[in-house]
Amino acid sequence: MSKKSFRQAINEALRQEMRRDPTVILMGEDVAGGRGGSAGTPDAWGGVLGVTKGLYEEFGETRVLDTPITEASYIGAAAGAAVTGLRPVAELMFVDFVGCCLDQIMNQAAKFRYMFGGKARTPLVIRAMYGAGFNAAAQHSQALYPLFTHIPGLKVVIPSSPYEAKGLLISAIRDDDPVIFLENKVMYDVEEEVPDEPYAIPFGEANLTREGDDVTIVAFGRMVGMANEAADRLAKKGIGCTVIDPRTTSPLDSETILDCVADTGRLVIVDESSPRCNMATDIAALVAEEAFDTLRAPIRRVVPPHTPVPFATVLETLYMPSVEKIEAAVTATMNHRVTEKV
Amino acid sequence: MQIARETLLRSYRAMRTIRMFEERLHVEFATGEIPGFVHLYCGEEASAVGVCANLTDNDTIASTHRGHGHCIAKGVEVAGMMAEIYGRSTGVCRGKGGSMHIADLACGMLGANGIVGGGPPLICGAALSHKTLRDGGVAVAFYGDGASNEGTTLESLNLASVWQLPAVFVVEDNGYGEATAASFACAGTQKDRAAGFGMPYIECDGSDYFAVHEAAGEAIAHARAGKGPVMLHVHLQRWYGHFEGDAMTYRAPNEVAEAKRDHDCLKLFRERVTQAGLFEDSVLDEVDAAVTDEIEAAVLQAKDDPLPQSADLLADVYVRY
Repeated sequence: MSKKSFRQAINEALRQEMRRDPTVILMGEDVAGGRGGSAGTPDAWGGVLGVTKGLYEEFGETRVLDTPITEASYIGAAAGAAVTGLRPVAELMFVDFVGCCLDQIMNQAAKFRYMFGGKARTPLVIRAMYGAGFNAAAQHSQALYPLFTHIPGLKVVIPSSPYEAKGLLISAIRDDDPVIFLENKVMYDVEEEVPDEPYAIPFGEANLTREGDDVTIVAFGRMVGMANEAADRLAKKGIGCTVIDPRTTSPLDSETILDCVADTGRLVIVDESSPRCNMATDIAALVAEEAFDTLRAPIRRVVPPHTPVPFATVLETLYMPSVEKIEAAVTATMNHRVTEKV
Repeated sequence: MQIARETLLRSYRAMRTIRMFEERLHVEFATGEIPGFVHLYCGEEASAVGVCANLTDNDTIASTHRGHGHCIAKGVEVAGMMAEIYGRSTGVCRGKGGSMHIADLACGMLGANGIVGGGPPLICGAALSHKTLRDGGVAVAFYGDGASNEGTTLESLNLASVWQLPAVFVVEDNGYGEATAASFACAGTQKDRAAGFGMPYIECDGSDYFAVHEAAGEAIAHARAGKGPVMLHVHLQRWYGHFEGDAMTYRAPNEVAEAKRDHDCLKLFRERVTQAGLFEDSVLDEVDAAVTDEIEAAVLQAKDDPLPQSADLLADVYVRY
């Protein structure tokens, strides 16, 4: 056990799985970096954020494949390789680039198994970074996990910490279905204690990061940390919050969410993706349908406005959910009084 | 190149099977009993069969929405295909895929594909698997002149060259992408495109089984030897519409009749092998009769086979969820 950053935790998961299984390969733009450059230095970058650094050195060019900047062909190649015997981990860099290759994910990889009558296995992982907070503006800041969650056949993972990232990525690589693994770009330097040995965190099993009696907060990825901070502040005011990190949006641990809502009677969902048809609306629908009678106040959603992600810091800050916004939503749900119909 | 007698006979049978399979579907589709869309491969048989005669089960192909011919040529079982097209639980995809998604990974058939240009990237991946696992296999993407303009295809030509993959890109150029002519929609030439990606290019007459077999043999041998990808451009004519029900108002009235008269691959094959004294007409007639029976049996069986059960709706979305 030692302190590792989110970036190091992901790198370690990749390295350990590549050592364990020779069919695990990496591909993507600059996952080695520097191929063919005038300095003659492969492994120059290890991806634009250095996540894959050092893997080319250890595993060589047959297992760490740099690609041209052509997402459709290499994401499709990853799908084709997955269905014919390899376990590719493809790096899409910014998840926004899915616009260039969605067909290969949505119409090909996700559907092989069902469409072919259960005869295909597609052990594919697509890693990509998501999220605002980096002044990366509208084309490099989206949180597109609802898009993937919507597609049957895909699994969708959103780790909320370095520990979670390592265990969930190991599960993703060992999984026989296509998995979209989304890393919040603001979190790469976040550090915590992470075991050195490999470990797998199962999909579809939510993690309770705080427990309290008054309000259930469901949060995803980076939002889990904000929800924890809000919960800690609220605890000082005598309001107890349970914070649920679902870890995966598909499969979704509905049972844990419903159980916690039954206990608290109040629900706040924190979701940094665009507000229409996102995880917050999905979970709100789930609770409205399955646990209506347990609710003591309307469900509250802490979500961005229905706009592209803005560039200027002042606007991006306004756009994003925050600890303060979560606190305000929890307080509002606590202050709700049921009025009898006349 | 000398082609073994057994290969020739197997190829003739495959081409005849495709022809009869498709012509029967043309008839049966009109009765309204077949659900969904059907795209027929008639007229193009020598392409699929001439290419696949050079492949084994260890090799991989990806097909198009016009995929029945490639399936049969690669060895997918005819009765299972027919049942699939009728939406029966006995179909090769258990009634979940239909005409546009017939796949059989066990014989290296990565699937027909409902998306134009869907196959070439997948074939880069299959070729990468062959190369990485060192199993000696080659991956072949069939795609039409329409798909040759898709970005996915052009990206795949580049990627296959960059990675030096054991891949063959077979452009089945039947002159039409849906109802729009290739002469309108394809800028430049396929040959120049191959050259643009540093890839060898071979073209052949797709109505001549022997020409396809030889050209494909050369392309596949090149890829199998680790020398990188090849583009094979096959000139063809399709005898039916883009889909069944297409009245083909965009084609000159005599175009298909002339294709049937002058470019019928089965007729040309028969003339060639009988004139060369390789086979008696009676041997080929026997094949025709056997195929007729096989298709008849497949249709009767498909109509009689059970429909999927309601539990099948939820099955096989994931390996585990």
